[in-house]
This record gives sequence, C-alpha cells and structure tokens, in this order.
Amino acid sequence: MTCTEFLAQLDEMLDPVLAGPLRADLEEHLRSCEHCEITLNTTRKTIEIYRSHELYAMPEDLRDRLHKAILAKCKKC
Amino acid sequence: MSTSIQSQGTTEVHPDVRLVERARQGDIAAFEKLVKQYDRQVFRIANHIVQNREDAEDVVQDAFLKAYEKLDQFQGNSKFYTWLVRIAVNESLMRLRKRRTGRMVSIDEDVETEEGSMPRDLADWSPNPEALYGQSEMAEILRKTIQGLPPGFRVVFVLRDVEGLSTEETAESLGLSIPAVKSRLLRARLQLRERLARYFRHRGAEAKQDGAR
Repeated sequence: MTCTEFLAQLDEMLDPVLAGPLRADLEEHLRSCEHCEITLNTTRKTIEIYRSHELYAMPEDLRDRLHKAILAKCKKC
Repeated sequence: MSTSIQSQGTTEVHPDVRLVERARQGDIAAFEKLVKQYDRQVFRIANHIVQNREDAEDVVQDAFLKAYEKLDQFQGNSKFYTWLVRIAVNESLMRLRKRRTGRMVSIDEDVETEEGSMPRDLADWSPNPEALYGQSEMAEILRKTIQGLPPGFRVVFVLRDVEGLSTEETAESLGLSIPAVKSRLLRARLQLRERLARYFRHRGAEAKQDGAR
C-alpha cells in the first residue's frame, strides 16, 4: 500500500468500529511508515480538539432573548 | 457535542416526531421544546458559516421560524434535526450572500483547491498540545484556523466531526452526494491538521524536519 492509498482510506482508520482485511492492510502500512502514522495521529487529535472546545457558546441571556423572539413570531403565524 | 436522535432501523417513534405533531396542531410549548433542544447546535453551525455573531443570532431566529412555518413539509423520513440543519445552512448562506452584497455564495465555493490534499507538515505534535496554550488563546487559534477553510470544507467538518452527524445525514443536510462529503471531509481534516501543526508541533521537530529536507 502506498501513502496516497493510505490517505484515501484515512476515514476508515479514524472509524473505531472498522475491522477486517482493510484495517489490517492499513495497519500494516502504518507499521512501516512513520509519516502516515504522524498524519493519522495528528488528524485524530485535530478532530478531538475541535470536538472538545466550545468555540461559539450561547449565553443563557441570549438564549432567553432568542426564544422569546422566536415564539412571539410563531404565535403571529 | 454530538446529538444522537434515533438509531437507524428502529421502528420506535422518536420524541421529536411527537413534538412536531403537537406543534403542527398549534401547541407552541411543543415547538419551544424543539427550540431549546437544538438552539445551541444551530447557533454553532451558523457561527461557523457566517463568522459573525449578529448574523448567527438572526440565523437562529430565521431558521426556527422557517421550520415552524414549514412543519407541514417535514415528512418524518429524515430526522427533525437533519431537516432543521438543512434549513439553518441555507439561511446562513443567504445571510452570507447579503453581507457580500449579493455575490453568490454556495457550499461549492473554492472546493477545487489542491491545498491539503497531501500532508506536507510531517513533524509530530507535542504530546499534549492543549497544555501549550491557555483556554481562550486555544479557542482563538481554533477559530482562526477553521475560519481559513473554504466554506464548503468548513461546514462538512463542522457537521460531521464537531456536531456528530453521520456521513449520510451530512450529505442530506447539505444536498451533497456521499462521495462529495467524504472527499471534502478528508480535505478539511488535512487542511486543519496542516494549519494547526504550526502551533502544536513538537519542540525541536521543526529543526529535525528542516534538517531532513
């Protein structure tokens, strides 16, 4: 397997439920390719970091204001 | 942050469907429950697309109002949340278009770029990159980095990886094919990884990589 082929299947490696022959091929490539291992690990970390940080939190006062505005408009429909 | 609503293949009626039914019959309290359940997600998605807080607030209002007006069109063969996200994405793109004084904005914009199709930065990251920055500094880095992606990559990454929609739901929300979602997701992930590497790479890795060239 080449690095390009590995990369095309990166999604499969990031899916924890994947098993079977494809995963075995991907893992075999990883054992001999440090660059792909780094790419996989840092891509996984990229996703984790974005998932664990709330970049656009919605304060409660804003929620209340928007709820009232939405429901007032709905009642007029 | 992901929202699990209904597993595929179950025959059980999801609570959202009952709320939609009640809201259709004029029960505003039922619709309010749906608003409370999904307002944060819609606000996040809108912010990621329009990149402006005031516009994102307007999108939240407009998306829920439009959903309310169109409740009769909700078929129930997709999840309510997926249907709502589609409305929110369209409202966000319309808002972006207004801000850009009428210039067309679509999720296909700038997706032909070759950037990020192959990894260039091959240095490993610090074992705990989050320890390198304070909470607000980290948030700023993440915001700035994702804002640099073309909208068509950004929105796929946000729906799939941040909000936890499946590939199929992301495709349905954006009106894209499944292969298009997969291709954009890969490019988005690789571009983000590449751009974050400048902040998170292991100390000394730069010198090591430069020496290897």
